[in-house]
Amino acid sequence: MRPRRFGRQLVTAVPMLWLLLFFMVPFILVFGISFTQAQLSIPPYSPLWEWVDHRVLALRVHLSNYAFLATDALYISSYLYSLKVAAISTFWCLLLGYPMAYGIARAAPATRSLLLMLVILPFWTSFLLRVYAWIGLLKNNGVINNILMSLGVIHEPIVMMQTDFAVYIGIVYSYLPFMILPLYANLEKHDRTLLEAAADLGARPWKAFMRVTLPLSLPGIIAGAMLVFIPAVGEYVIPSLLGRSDQLMIGRVLSDEFFENRDWPVASAVAIAMLLLLVIPIVIFQRQQGREMAHK
Amino acid sequence: MTTPYVRIDHVSKRYGDTVAVNNVSLDINKGEIFCLLGGSGCGKTTLLRMLAGFETPSSGALYIDGQNLADIPPYERPVNMMFQSYALFPHMSVEANISFGLEQERITRPEIKRRVAEILDIVKLGDYAKRKPHQLSGGQRQRVALARALVKRPKLLLLDEPLGALDRKLREHTQFELISIQEKLGVTFVVVTHDQEEAMTLASRVGVMNRGEIVQVGTPRDIYEFPATRFVADFIGSVNLFDGKLSEDEPEFVRVGCPQLPAPVYIDHGMSAPPGADCWVAIRPEKIELGRTAPAGPDNWAHGVVQGIAYLGDMSVYLIRLDSGREVRVTQANRTRKPEEQFKWDESVYLCWDAGSPVVGMG
Repeated sequence: MRPRRFGRQLVTAVPMLWLLLFFMVPFILVFGISFTQAQLSIPPYSPLWEWVDHRVLALRVHLSNYAFLATDALYISSYLYSLKVAAISTFWCLLLGYPMAYGIARAAPATRSLLLMLVILPFWTSFLLRVYAWIGLLKNNGVINNILMSLGVIHEPIVMMQTDFAVYIGIVYSYLPFMILPLYANLEKHDRTLLEAAADLGARPWKAFMRVTLPLSLPGIIAGAMLVFIPAVGEYVIPSLLGRSDQLMIGRVLSDEFFENRDWPVASAVAIAMLLLLVIPIVIFQRQQGREMAHK
Repeated sequence: MTTPYVRIDHVSKRYGDTVAVNNVSLDINKGEIFCLLGGSGCGKTTLLRMLAGFETPSSGALYIDGQNLADIPPYERPVNMMFQSYALFPHMSVEANISFGLEQERITRPEIKRRVAEILDIVKLGDYAKRKPHQLSGGQRQRVALARALVKRPKLLLLDEPLGALDRKLREHTQFELISIQEKLGVTFVVVTHDQEEAMTLASRVGVMNRGEIVQVGTPRDIYEFPATRFVADFIGSVNLFDGKLSEDEPEFVRVGCPQLPAPVYIDHGMSAPPGADCWVAIRPEKIELGRTAPAGPDNWAHGVVQGIAYLGDMSVYLIRLDSGREVRVTQANRTRKPEEQFKWDESVYLCWDAGSPVVGMG
């Protein structure tokens, strides 16, 4: 082996090792635990394998956790609710984020960096603090209700806390930058003469946008939507603080299973199921994209 | 007199304090190829973009076929543009690129299909209809851009440096192809270019621009042989310019005394200016004759030493230092293979030219 290639492999080996140690190994552990049964011991689950008579290695795989997930209405409804909340939040992020990204991409270079900084600015305060701030705004005697009441627009406070609305607000607010930044990165590269060409060929501005800008920004839309949708599905803090107590999101279920019930095997099964739920559609999607690229 | 098809009427464009286009008036006839020629920043592209509707004139008006363009947005103008970068839609096939413009009009599907096929045939891209722009060569992309603009049957086609991105061989070929397509379809072309060769071969008329103004309008031949100003003489082709003073001015001829030339320059037409006025004389390198013996007449000659020779095959370029120290460029066609007819380095030579060859002007 030539030394040059060795150096190249060394460079890629570092992140590979990182992923192996801190992603692959924990994932395999969780995957293994999801096939055990809860019991009162340390650690609190049955061993996956054991020696019988010191001669035979017995593998004890329990599928009961997954069967439990599939039959218990709580888990199914939590999964579906999480997907719904994530999908609607992603939609709103896109609807709000696209014009913002477009505006930033079209702004004068000096204003552009200022606007980008404003997008990133919220990250400078703690995420938790910002979600708590929303409680102060949304609660019955919070800022919004107080203002509306003092203006005489409403006479009774609007109940916003502990509703889906509050969860959407929280998620859209928190994840909007993750939509804006990849969209901006895409839109900023667009060649403006393409829009001039579209106008020259008779397309009104809206038509030109729909036929030229929008299709060309699709990679940005996909990247932004994934960056919002995937963490939103597993979101724990926002629904816990702002959301309903009668309908939990899957992140909350997972955490309750783990910390309240100390049922590690079920918690692991919940985590694996969630991962598969997200990864499988994405892999299929990317395969399709790859095939389309190959066609080009 | 026919009314002009495209009329540019006292148009100016200012950006803050800078004047990009300064009070330009220009008439363009139906079916001609009109070339706006000038260096970068001379305002030619701004003028083109005003015709397309991407810029609005600060003052003045534009008319096409008698219609004032002032309040017509780009997407409603009977004008199409071929962009310098071609601006092809990268996510659409050749076919989709070309039909895009037709889809914006009220045209039926089969009619669109027919017209796209027709134009693809004209630009000889029939086999490439399904390709994406990035799968095409530069020349093919150029033709897609042309087809996309032409398929709308515009009253006026604007071409921004149409051959700029092509290599030399392809340019020559494409130049003639452009002309034949233009003749076939009869569309009026306005071409913007900084390349005089491109302007000369394409255009029926050329408008030379400098600092936002049109300095001269004429056929390529006019512009080359009878430049109106010193700028045009200097900008088009290569030229030897001499400063001088008018010594005689008769209706049939003028005589100019140039300090850098040993004999006066005699030109066979009058120019009605006061004697003693400052003027310039321009002589093209190919209009100067080199010889080994002194010319007979008293006018139109000089003497110098060959300082440099560039042999180009069909002709040679000689750099000659006159006795006054001034260097002059002379080109001679290599009509024979005899080596004794070629001039050599450091050879003493006489230069002479016809009374009809120099151009004289003031300012």
